[in-house]
Amino acid sequence: MFDIERWQEIFDTIRKNKLRTFLTGLSVASGIFILVILLGFGQGMRNGIEQEFQQDASTSIEVWPGVTSKEYRGMNPGRRIQLVNENYESSSTLLKELIEHKSSRMFVRGVTVNYGKESLVYSIQGVSHKYQFIENASMIEGRFLNYYDQNSTAKVAVIGKKIRTDVFNTVDTPLGEYIEVSGIPFKIIGVFKDHRDREEERIYIPITTAQKVFNGGNRINTMFFTLDPMENFDQAVAQSIGFKENLRSHLQELHTVAPDDTSAINVWSAMEEAKRYYSLTNNIKLFFWFVGICTIIAGVVGVSNIMLIVVKERTREIGIRKALGARPWSIIAMILHEAIFVTAISGFGGLIFSMALLEVVGPHIEIDYVVNPSVNFNVAFTTVIVLILAGTLAGFFPAWRAASVHTIEALRDE
Amino acid sequence: MIEIKDLHKSYQMGSNSLHVLKGINLSVEDGELVAIMGSSGSGKSTLLNILGMLDNADSGEYILDGVPIKNLSETKAAQYRNKFLGFIFQSFNLINYKNALENVALPLYYQRMPRKQRQEKSLKYLEQVGLKDWAHHLPSELSGGQKQRVAIARAMAAEPKVLLADELTGALDSVTSYEIMELIQKINDQGNTILVVTHEDDIAHMCKRIVYLKDGVIEKDEKIEQVRVESHVQ
Repeated sequence: MFDIERWQEIFDTIRKNKLRTFLTGLSVASGIFILVILLGFGQGMRNGIEQEFQQDASTSIEVWPGVTSKEYRGMNPGRRIQLVNENYESSSTLLKELIEHKSSRMFVRGVTVNYGKESLVYSIQGVSHKYQFIENASMIEGRFLNYYDQNSTAKVAVIGKKIRTDVFNTVDTPLGEYIEVSGIPFKIIGVFKDHRDREEERIYIPITTAQKVFNGGNRINTMFFTLDPMENFDQAVAQSIGFKENLRSHLQELHTVAPDDTSAINVWSAMEEAKRYYSLTNNIKLFFWFVGICTIIAGVVGVSNIMLIVVKERTREIGIRKALGARPWSIIAMILHEAIFVTAISGFGGLIFSMALLEVVGPHIEIDYVVNPSVNFNVAFTTVIVLILAGTLAGFFPAWRAASVHTIEALRDE
Repeated sequence: MIEIKDLHKSYQMGSNSLHVLKGINLSVEDGELVAIMGSSGSGKSTLLNILGMLDNADSGEYILDGVPIKNLSETKAAQYRNKFLGFIFQSFNLINYKNALENVALPLYYQRMPRKQRQEKSLKYLEQVGLKDWAHHLPSELSGGQKQRVAIARAMAAEPKVLLADELTGALDSVTSYEIMELIQKINDQGNTILVVTHEDDIAHMCKRIVYLKDGVIEKDEKIEQVRVESHVQ
């Protein structure tokens, strides 16, 4: 391999057969290029879907009531279920070991909202002070509701960024401004930012205030929980499912709902949803691998074809070399050496070019569900090695045959 | 230098076997210039191929410079070819993407001679065949006679014991042929053993000995008065 004389011989051959070398190189390089780009996009889709799910806390679980659909213990179907504070508290107590953050929520309906003379049409929701973590909202001004607000039923509100830009565009800061909800003034204490626009069109007030001031009693509309993070994804999914089932049966028992009644208590878990998408992306990735491997196979076939032609074309030359005293093995070594050299250079060329393209263009790609397509260098590197090996193997048999062809026959070859 | 005893060779042509060499006995001394003559199908090329270790005999004995040539592995045959023999072909058989110098240097490459030395030696032999100024030309840029000179230089470069020439003037016009034969005579004068296969009478008579081959046997083997090319042309 490190025989300088043979390297010179190889370079001579390559220099004088530029087109042949170029074509061989091109088929290898394009094979690698296509594979890397495909794998990159597979990863990009994965990243995109992952990002989609980062918008809410990934372990969040949401519960909302519905209408019973089955007769149970003398109760007729069609009964509307109403969640109350006690349900929320008993659920929290029952499952407290798994819970990271929790919040209940009450929609404040049928109220008018005014800011000065302006009438606002945004939804008002009473939430707990931990609700910020459930929505993954971040504060851009002021603070979120806190424990004290909740305990003292403070008349404070947190508004979304969109409301701030739409309504409070004439003041330096909306903090300290008052909005009137059915005539009752609420002081704005913070502005939050969320991942989806429509979630930035909300006004949050303490749930205690909402229940007390707006005649909510102890009623709540939704319960939210996030779970303690787990080390790996499958565990997290299993944990979510377990939690969901426990929570559902606990609530079904409290409300005298048949255990197999699916419409009365709705529980949604982000993890399960995520899992579905993950398996989708896995399948997409698998598909890209399949296409990529087919591309590589096509590349290998291309390389072997070219090797066959090369050997055929050089039969006479091989005959001459043998007449001049070339050993069969040195013929094989010469052809393989050239093949390996060309495949390696062009393979890595394709690799570097495609990776550079992903590196430069990747971060600027803004398509839904495709974010920062990139490829694992080790994977790409291994593919190049595989292609080189395959090319070598593909070149070996024609080379071996050429070397074993009778010298006279090789010389007669016109 | 060459000792051949009772050499047989047949080829399988489908179901029939073609007996080409039917017991050849030949002995060539050091420094001889031998022409092997015969019409086509007489087996002269086959004989040369066997002498050149490009083909194997079915039976018989072949001793080259005291070394018995029998049942050689490809590797061993390659080694012997490189050390003992220089080939000159009718169709020149130069490698078309290598220039004259590189073509001449090729057997030396297989002797594992360093590049620098290889080029010096090749240039020396190109000078001997009068093509020093053409060293960096590709075969496609050379005339037929020049190509054959390059081929002769290549055959000489490895300093073999025997030069084997197969119809070396077959592709050349008569003037060029004589020039090539003049070169061959000059090389022979330096003491090199040369075997020339030809079917041209005038070429054969420029050698020192003619072996007539007919239907696979030696019909006549005679030493002749060599016709020097210099005298012939003038």
